[in-house]
Amino acid sequence: MSPLLLSAYTATTCLGHGLDATLVGLREGRSGLTPCTFESVELATWIGEVAAVDEQELPAALAEYDCRNNRLVQLGLEADGFAERVRAAIARYGKSRVGIFLGTSTAGILQTELAYRRRDPLSGALPADFNYRTTHNSFSLAAFARAYFGLEGPAMAISTACSSSAKVFAAAARQLACGSIDAALVGGADSLCLTTLYGFASLQLTSTRPCRPYDAARDGISVGEAAAFALLERAPASPATGSVLLLGAGESSDAYHMSSPHPEGLGAKMAMQAALRSAGLQPDDIDYLNLHGTATPANDAAEGKAVAALFGDRVPCSSTKGATGHTLGAAGAVEAVICALALTDNLLPGSPHSENIDPSIPVRYLLKAQPGKPRRALSNSFGFGGSNCSLVLGVAE
Amino acid sequence: MNVTPLTAWIEGIGFLAPGLPDWPTARAVLRGEQPYTAALSVLPVPAILPPAERRRASRVIKLTLAIGFEAAANAGADVSTLATVFTASGADGHNCHALCEQLASDDRQISPTRFHNSVHNAAAGYWGIATKAMAPCQVICAFDASFGAGLLDALGQVVVDGQPTLLIAYDSEYPEPLHSQRETPDCGGVALLLTPERTARSQAQITLSPTTAAADKLLDRDLEALRTSIPALRSLPLLSRLARGEAGAVCLDYLTPMQLRIELQPC
Repeated sequence: MSPLLLSAYTATTCLGHGLDATLVGLREGRSGLTPCTFESVELATWIGEVAAVDEQELPAALAEYDCRNNRLVQLGLEADGFAERVRAAIARYGKSRVGIFLGTSTAGILQTELAYRRRDPLSGALPADFNYRTTHNSFSLAAFARAYFGLEGPAMAISTACSSSAKVFAAAARQLACGSIDAALVGGADSLCLTTLYGFASLQLTSTRPCRPYDAARDGISVGEAAAFALLERAPASPATGSVLLLGAGESSDAYHMSSPHPEGLGAKMAMQAALRSAGLQPDDIDYLNLHGTATPANDAAEGKAVAALFGDRVPCSSTKGATGHTLGAAGAVEAVICALALTDNLLPGSPHSENIDPSIPVRYLLKAQPGKPRRALSNSFGFGGSNCSLVLGVAE
Repeated sequence: MNVTPLTAWIEGIGFLAPGLPDWPTARAVLRGEQPYTAALSVLPVPAILPPAERRRASRVIKLTLAIGFEAAANAGADVSTLATVFTASGADGHNCHALCEQLASDDRQISPTRFHNSVHNAAAGYWGIATKAMAPCQVICAFDASFGAGLLDALGQVVVDGQPTLLIAYDSEYPEPLHSQRETPDCGGVALLLTPERTARSQAQITLSPTTAAADKLLDRDLEALRTSIPALRSLPLLSRLARGEAGAVCLDYLTPMQLRIELQPC
């Protein structure tokens, strides 16, 4: 693919709001995970909760979109002056030439979960203030963002579980390549809800401790929430030094099981190979891998096999989910932004909470953040249902 | 910036809607050769799935397997090689209702199967297990605009990646109390196998461009009701022209004010 410019980007996670907080957190090896006290949830698990989500007030004209997920979207859009950069792009290109591609797994389903507690005891009806379309539906965050910016062009939500907001980069790249749009707002948001917390617990995939990706004693995930966004535009022939570029995207399917990865990491390997092919690069060209690294025994083992088969033990790699939690449908965008920070701020992120690297996974896993000068990074995102996506990002010299 | 036309050839069609169990029936009705008869959607049992998955297969899974396989068979294509784009206005409504009901109760220990069937890409996941297709699989939601969003991405894959892509657009109903908020009456969907080049099997060429014109409607009142009540069937004006083998343009609903104009040229 032709390189695309990430002309603006931002991430809001439990590490903090925006790039500075994220970068400091990654440098210091900080974790934003805390024991779960979310809503009325009673589970022995840790979560990555974003501060001040519920304090967000949506513009009065968009009140129908009000729910935790869209509050998180707004909080994320307003970090780092990102919304202003989007408005500038709209002024430049026109409101029908900026597309919206946002990933999520559960959107505002929390709103429905809460509404079900308030059903009419006689009729069973949901409360009158509940609005399925603007809160629960998987498209609600994209519809909200489209309304927030008054856009009139294409929009879609992509919902492939935990690869959702990586695959938005691929979908946007296709429309930019065809010329149907001139810029794309990409990214994703997923917020805490009962469905994912109790759901992952039912699959025995949540840890009772903070998650420990690639640790020999890893025993499950920590569910997090996040909003992360990027503005994609076609890159100029000579991008300014230090600009971050999307160089390639690769997608594949496991075709194996709904909630377990292919044990040999076959789908993962195919996605990484496709991303390298799309970028016109070889494994040796990659300087840092942000792993999917959920910290479940099966996921890390399968991904580790695929990484070792393709990259050996040369490339420094880490999963940042010990810092942010597994932000599900937002993870792909969060980790693309983390790769952008690694490329621009000479950082190889570590893996807070992980202590003893699993000796059966022969990759060069980083426990502690260290300075480095990565020029190209690859980010992995793999989801339920066997949906895989890898992105290659680079920095212009 | 040069704009590359979003164009592809339709090589296979699958269809299922209330009263229209497959594409041959829908085609005959759309051509006016037989009247539309209202009936509940009939979802075939997915014999292709392993027994464990077959038992867990929801209505959306049965629906997508039926239309996806019909389109592939219609084109004589090998399903294990095809890239796919799934698009739906919602996920499995019955499963969602059961989850929300349980999470509102005192016993929140939900079943693992219910949880993994709750993801929007559940049907796509089962498709992969059934077909062994490891090619890219996209899963989209754009509420009422889901057919248009899926078509845009599928054409993007055909044009940019140069690969045959199976678009599977589908919807199912939610039970009460969600049904009062989302009145999709029944299951319905369409599958189109889109290819980058014309072959002996090509049925028509389509080219998509944006417009702000109003969407075409169907003259038959029952068919028009299907078009407006099942988001995947916003495709019906296109299918109607395809059924009649007529060249020309149709306009489909997408996201106000953006609509999709589709120029169709039968092969």
